[in-house]
Amino acid sequence: MVQYIRNRLDASFAALSDATRRGVLEQLGRADASITELAEKFHMTLTGMKKHVGVLEQAGLVTTEKVGRVRTCKLGVRRLEEEATWIERYRQLWEARFDELDKVVEELKRKEKVDGRKKRE
Amino acid sequence: MKNRTTAERKSERELVVTRTFNVPARIVFEAWTTPKLLKLWWVPKSAGVSLLSCEADVRVGGRYRFEIGHETSKSMAFFGRYIEVTPHSRLVWTNEESDEGAVTTVTFEEEGGKTLLVLHELYPTKEALDRATAGMEEGMLESFEQLEELLVTLGASVGRS
Repeated sequence: MVQYIRNRLDASFAALSDATRRGVLEQLGRADASITELAEKFHMTLTGMKKHVGVLEQAGLVTTEKVGRVRTCKLGVRRLEEEATWIERYRQLWEARFDELDKVVEELKRKEKVDGRKKRE
Repeated sequence: MKNRTTAERKSERELVVTRTFNVPARIVFEAWTTPKLLKLWWVPKSAGVSLLSCEADVRVGGRYRFEIGHETSKSMAFFGRYIEVTPHSRLVWTNEESDEGAVTTVTFEEEGGKTLLVLHELYPTKEALDRATAGMEEGMLESFEQLEELLVTLGASVGRS
């Protein structure tokens, strides 16, 4: 879990290290925008903007959706945060249970071996 | 080393958890179907609450009831009935606390002396699953909160310039 958060944070901070990408996030904080609109706003080529958006998307900071020929970008941090939270918590609950169950079954196995030896003697 | 536990949302209404145990299926099955053994692991110590009572009549149509809480405060009860009991391989039970309860299927697959346990929860609707897991969102991860704060600060400072 810690590793997962660390990886996500590394990706996030790396994404934030670029001034254009910070600008894009700030822009998307005000309103969703298409790649074309963002490229125009930041005086960049479409290809260049696609790359930046790709990095932000990888870091989970932005989500994009293509409708027809237009790809719309929006801030994505909240949704990913929630997703990571509840499923991971759910997993951790079961993991904690299963760690205890592990001890119980290992103990049963040990007893079985001892009893087996006794029977053979 | 302990084995990995995985959890996944399979569909709008389904959650699946898996874990391998390094013992034969009959042993894992015994730990799931014997109340005094269930009591040892169902509520992990790290949960901060204890299992006050644990009744489980593990046969088709038999009921279970677990009460969880602190000695002093009000307890929470989980209850329902077993609808399928196939020794060493499969257990299915319902949850009857509300009409949004899941049907849980646990399968035990043995291979080479180890057991792959697959737990599958099927909720009646997407909304029921969402509500059941909503409580797990409480206490957001601090790191993500910090990141979000950073984004807000960043937005504000860029906005001013």
